Amino acid sequence: MAEEEKVIEELTTEEALTDPLFVPEPVEGAAAHIKSFPAAPEFQEKLGYPGERPENWKEVALNKMQDLRGKFRSFRLFLDICVKCGACTDKCHYYMGTADPKNMPVARQDLLRSVYRRYFTLPGKWFPSLVGARDLTEEVLDEWYTYYFQCSECRRCSVYCPYGIDTAEITMAAREILDSVGIGMKYTNEIIGKVYDVGNNLGLQAPALKATMEDLEEEIEEDTGVKVRIPVDEPADILLVPPSADFFAEPHIDGLIGYAKVFHAAGVKWTISTYASEAANFAMFIGSYENMRRVSQRIRREAIRLGVKRIIIGECGHAWRAAYQFLNTLAGPFDFLDPNYPVPQHICEFTWDLIQKGKLKFDKSQNDHLKLTFHDSCNVARASRMGDYPGGQFDIPRNIIKAVCNHYYEMPEDTIKEATLCCGGGGGLLTDDLMELRKKGGSPRMKALKQVTEEYGVNKMAAICAICKTQFSKIMPYNGYAMDDIMSVHQLVSNAIILPGSEQEAELAEAQAGGESEKEDA
Amino acid sequence: MLTVLYALLYYVATAVFIVGIAYRVWGYWKTPAPAVIPTTPAPVTRTGVVWRMFKEVALFESLWKSNKWIWIFAMMFHLSLWLIIIRHLRYFIEPVPTIIVLAQPFGKYAGFFFVLGALGLFARRILVARVRYISNPSDYLMLLMFLGIGITGLGMSFVMKADIVGVKNFFLGLMTFNWQPLPSDLGVLLHLALVALFMIIFPFSKLVHAPGVFFSPTRNMVDNPREKFHPVPWLPSIDTVEYDEPHGKK
Ligand code: SF4
Ligand code: SF4
Ligand code: SF4
Repeated sequence: MAEEEKVIEELTTEEALTDPLFVPEPVEGAAAHIKSFPAAPEFQEKLGYPGERPENWKEVALNKMQDLRGKFRSFRLFLDICVKCGACTDKCHYYMGTADPKNMPVARQDLLRSVYRRYFTLPGKWFPSLVGARDLTEEVLDEWYTYYFQCSECRRCSVYCPYGIDTAEITMAAREILDSVGIGMKYTNEIIGKVYDVGNNLGLQAPALKATMEDLEEEIEEDTGVKVRIPVDEPADILLVPPSADFFAEPHIDGLIGYAKVFHAAGVKWTISTYASEAANFAMFIGSYENMRRVSQRIRREAIRLGVKRIIIGECGHAWRAAYQFLNTLAGPFDFLDPNYPVPQHICEFTWDLIQKGKLKFDKSQNDHLKLTFHDSCNVARASRMGDYPGGQFDIPRNIIKAVCNHYYEMPEDTIKEATLCCGGGGGLLTDDLMELRKKGGSPRMKALKQVTEEYGVNKMAAICAICKTQFSKIMPYNGYAMDDIMSVHQLVSNAIILPGSEQEAELAEAQAGGESEKEDA
Repeated sequence: MLTVLYALLYYVATAVFIVGIAYRVWGYWKTPAPAVIPTTPAPVTRTGVVWRMFKEVALFESLWKSNKWIWIFAMMFHLSLWLIIIRHLRYFIEPVPTIIVLAQPFGKYAGFFFVLGALGLFARRILVARVRYISNPSDYLMLLMFLGIGITGLGMSFVMKADIVGVKNFFLGLMTFNWQPLPSDLGVLLHLALVALFMIIFPFSKLVHAPGVFFSPTRNMVDNPREKFHPVPWLPSIDTVEYDEPHGKK
């Protein structure tokens, strides 16, 4: 196929393979074949959507659009004020990775804007072809389904738009409209259903969760000689809500061990809950505030039931956005919690606070075999904050890493912090049906990583996002890295932390004594 | 005859311009921004937001980060547009305030930069495949309209001097409902027709970005979702919600 050849030609030049921000020439239709599986009717219905496309789908879709127009200023404004300046056209990692022009942020918005103009604006009603307005047809629906599920809602485009137009807002709205006519995405919508039924994305039932935590406790004791508890469903001061991947997946679980050790060292009473065992909120990905609230109010209920004073969220990018920007708004007010702490708090804020107060002891040399860099997860970078000043979300995780590791290097400036490149698997796209997209969308980040590998010998990348970690452990092997070259930040903490009374403490004391006596000898 | 036509045209254009923009702004104003969604890092105080917005509208900060070429052309275009507008106030005010007299020479030469900026933006639209892809006919036509306004304006200032005293009398007459004849130079007629067109399409087109940018929730919100409670206006109170049953206890 001519198109395929063009894509290959565009994306395999020397420059294309090494420059993280390489911008290909557009090749129309290059990603048109990449599609996720649609959700079965029963899963649609569980979220309050029709199971099948209704007869009058067009009317329903347009009514939904009208509805969103009245509820979200972002939707209404962003559709109106884009001047097609093109500043965002080269900013999306999916465009960079696929060369499909419909993956340029403004073109992605236009898929919906063209319909909006046709039905909701005078010029679109009177002169459709002049302003690029078009009728809503089945083909349009199909195109929406394809390309609105090729956006990870990472907000990179919104940083660079002179009006702050955030394509993620349009993507969320488009997914909500699609859901309203019975067209949903299998991966995302099934997961939301699982949270309603069981309490977490993985569908991990309470007994299994408890058993897993007990195993972990044993593991930690074997490693350290210290009995570190991971309390489940116990009354406590702190409710920890991690992404459920932390209970199971690698390297996530090593992060969970890290949190447990930090809590232990801090001597606080904490617990996880089987009912609110999920920090992730996939309803955010489909732009449904009703579903988002239904997921997040579980945390409220458990906070009340367990009588906690604080809520702390584990390492997860979009979950931190859902918690930071939405938890209070959707499930608040949380006036029953201790007002001395922000609601919610990020585990990194908690750990960094302890480090600053000198309450944690580390042996940094435990991480000496690692040369690290840090991947800013986009939702943390561009849709949240940590600490009390803008940009704390960049500094705090880095500060923690530097407190526990000796070798830290930064990826190129234009690929980190607010300019960070998405892992390629966010926004509800972390499914095998979209593997091709995930690899391509992750390629800019991979190229940035390769640069620091070549320059400084970086061999590990740390992240604070469950999706990023899973995504990277999948795509890194295609890029010359091993699955476990992606690490949790609290895994590094876990490696280096010296718990009081642990074997590590004894070893360290011995080594120091040995070191001193050597000095004396010399 | 022409005088009547243009007089009516300008009444209509002004009405559409003002009412249209007011209607738009009213729409943005009353539509809720239900959650705190600034693109972060974002200011944590109101003053911080004012500063961020200032940098955005006066210096095009995001555009600067994004693309230096668009920034240069857009800056040229918008800055000269402001100077030109200020200079043109002299046609509506008698006597002319000193500040506008002082702006006169700048305003006059700004016309060249205005045209140059518009040409640059037009060239990008045609030459850069990505931008060509996202351009609709209206996007080109709008730039042509600005080019038309700029070139006819420059023509009158530097090539065929128009009867600007007559033009001024015409506009002062319009404002006092005491119509005066409009000089019928081709340049004047074309220039004024295009400007009226600009005013009429302004509220219905992407040109509303000018007032619109101030309403952009990713730029104008204070980053304080944890510190302050912002309930979603259309969701029922949290006290009324039903919770999903814990698993296995149905
Ligand atoms: S940068 Fe903003 S205004 Fe420019 S084309 Fe993209 S979305 Fe539109
Ligand atoms: S939000 Fe991210 S993935 Fe979506 S269009 Fe913008 S840059 Fe691309
Ligand atoms: S998975 Fe990570 S990098 Fe990707 S969208 Fe989410 S936060 Fe961003």
